[in-house]
Amino acid sequence: MFKKVVSLALIAVLSMGVLTACGNDGANDTVFKIGGIGPLTGGAAIYGIAVQNGAQIAVDEINAAGGIGGVLIEFNMQDDEHDAEKAVNAYNSLKDWGMKILMGTVTSRPCIAVGVHSKTDNLFQITPSASSADVVKDNDNIFQVCFNDPNQGIGSAQYIGQVGVTGNDGNLVSNVAVIYDSSDVYSSGIYERFVTEAANQPFSVVATEAFTEDSNTDFSVQLQKAKDADAQLIFLPIYYTEASLILAQAAAIDYFPVFFGCDGLDGILTVENFNTDLAEGVILLTPFVASSPDAKTQAFVSEYQRLHDEVPNQFAAGAYDSIYVIKAALEQSNAVPGMSVSDLGDALKLAVTQITYSGLTGENMTWLPSGEVNKAPKAMVIVNGIYVEL
Amino acid sequence: MSFINYVINGLSLGSIYAIIALGYTMVYGIARMLNFAHGDVIMVGAFTVFFGVSMQGLNPIAAVFVSIAICITLGVTIEFIAYRPLRGAASSLVVLITAIGVSYFLQNLALLIFGANTKSFTSMVPINPVRLAGGEIVISGETIMTILSCIIIMISLTAFIKKTKPGQAMLAVSEDKGAAQLMGINVNGTISLTFAIGSGLAAIAGILLCSAYPSLSPYTGSMPGIKAFIAAVFGGIGSIPGALIGGILLGVIEILGRAYISSQLADVIVFMVLIIVLLVKPTGLLGRKLQEKV
Repeated sequence: MFKKVVSLALIAVLSMGVLTACGNDGANDTVFKIGGIGPLTGGAAIYGIAVQNGAQIAVDEINAAGGIGGVLIEFNMQDDEHDAEKAVNAYNSLKDWGMKILMGTVTSRPCIAVGVHSKTDNLFQITPSASSADVVKDNDNIFQVCFNDPNQGIGSAQYIGQVGVTGNDGNLVSNVAVIYDSSDVYSSGIYERFVTEAANQPFSVVATEAFTEDSNTDFSVQLQKAKDADAQLIFLPIYYTEASLILAQAAAIDYFPVFFGCDGLDGILTVENFNTDLAEGVILLTPFVASSPDAKTQAFVSEYQRLHDEVPNQFAAGAYDSIYVIKAALEQSNAVPGMSVSDLGDALKLAVTQITYSGLTGENMTWLPSGEVNKAPKAMVIVNGIYVEL
Repeated sequence: MSFINYVINGLSLGSIYAIIALGYTMVYGIARMLNFAHGDVIMVGAFTVFFGVSMQGLNPIAAVFVSIAICITLGVTIEFIAYRPLRGAASSLVVLITAIGVSYFLQNLALLIFGANTKSFTSMVPINPVRLAGGEIVISGETIMTILSCIIIMISLTAFIKKTKPGQAMLAVSEDKGAAQLMGINVNGTISLTFAIGSGLAAIAGILLCSAYPSLSPYTGSMPGIKAFIAAVFGGIGSIPGALIGGILLGVIEILGRAYISSQLADVIVFMVLIIVLLVKPTGLLGRKLQEKV
């Protein structure tokens, strides 16, 4: 008897699911349904939550101002825990919800996995932060607001070589070591192009050391090797969680090189209980700085602080820009919410290459049909616990 | 000079593995089960200290004792609720799956309570670093503390098992559960005691681990837990000196492999050594030969 009741109840629940799934398609024509995917829990949660918060601010602003040509936006962010499989699940449930445009995913590996599906659906996808070159490769429907990894690697090498960085011994840096995560596409993508470009630059790479996600706590060997090789600068194309350990362990062996990183280092000052003195003098190439006097930036930062009680990072800013890029592309193409996913995808793919957008993470940004963005990088240095433009 | 640094770092890492491996090996020796939740008890221990010291402003030494007490309670409770009812179940796989379940439960509970963001752990070790050979060799206070703790724990644990009645009871239960019961030994009580000791050690290991590598998240315990499990198998699971030797060797091989062969292949080297040792000596370095009863 009990089993019968349970199975009947299950049938009822399941069929309701089918009905709701069908019901969504019709009610889709009055709003633009934009989905979002990113890690809201797990090790990379700081990025996903920032993206969610930043995007929501943009959505609320646009809706408060009357929407896009009178059509409001509905935004729905799903968690992927920085996991490719969960990202695809999130994509499918957003499709069931009626998503027409995807803002995401936040991190590269899930983005590549989702890209396979969004390409099949010809769904317009714009990522604020998934910076691997593989994200846009062969996917004409995906666009990046951030720099891609190869460009970050090349940009970093050119910055160290041409602009020059003064080491802690007072001389220009000539010996550089690299510590990267060989199990991560983001990190190894930047690393490869950095080393290639370094060959054309006046400094030499004296040590390249790797770690993997299974051995990402002990960096004593990598640091000892960099120290033995007299590296005055360590290039860290990695995320801030590992970087915070590297900074602490370098100090523990009396080794004080200049640390130079990319956008993954953004967030290092927010690690709970982290001794921010260790991060003094860390240089990072990042497109957004919250302390910039720019009026648009200041408005965004104060709104973000009011709502979430913390200073937004570049992921939040990238997400804010992504929503406005979608808006600009929708206006450019005169799209309406009733269009099918694929028609809307075709219209937006074309429109986004025609617009020029100036936002929080770059002035006069334009997009290539390949999906890459064109904009100029900015170098920041951490002084007294805040980012200062170099 | 670098070589000496590497060996010291390897000893420090290996000592942490050894202390964690003790928990695996003792529980296996007595209850014949793999307690995969052990790694997560480490994380709970570290979080307790982090919460006590950094959030509540507790005295570090008091926090260490609170953390040990909480982990002991947790370990005994897990054994009582999740493992004891399954003892004598048809398949030992059932208990293994339960242990994995407990492990996920603890991780997700910590995610819920403490959040996913990595926290920076303040070192609980008050010793200043020692600089030798004109600053070429720096031995951190954490390294000294870890190696010392490992030695003290090993000596006192061996003495406990050899010299005290509960220790002898543990030996007897691991030899033959049925016979021990017939001799009037409280088997369930002895198993609880084993879990209590193992979990108390896990708390110490967690504090040492996070003091040496100051990063704390709900997943902090899982990888060191797996490495320590390997160390326990490597040394011969069920053997206490085996856990020490397995842990230390694993740490030194990992660091030296990373330094002299390739930093990318560190784990590959560790696992290759494990496979070779197990091929030559399937019970591990100090493991006893088990007579399979049919």
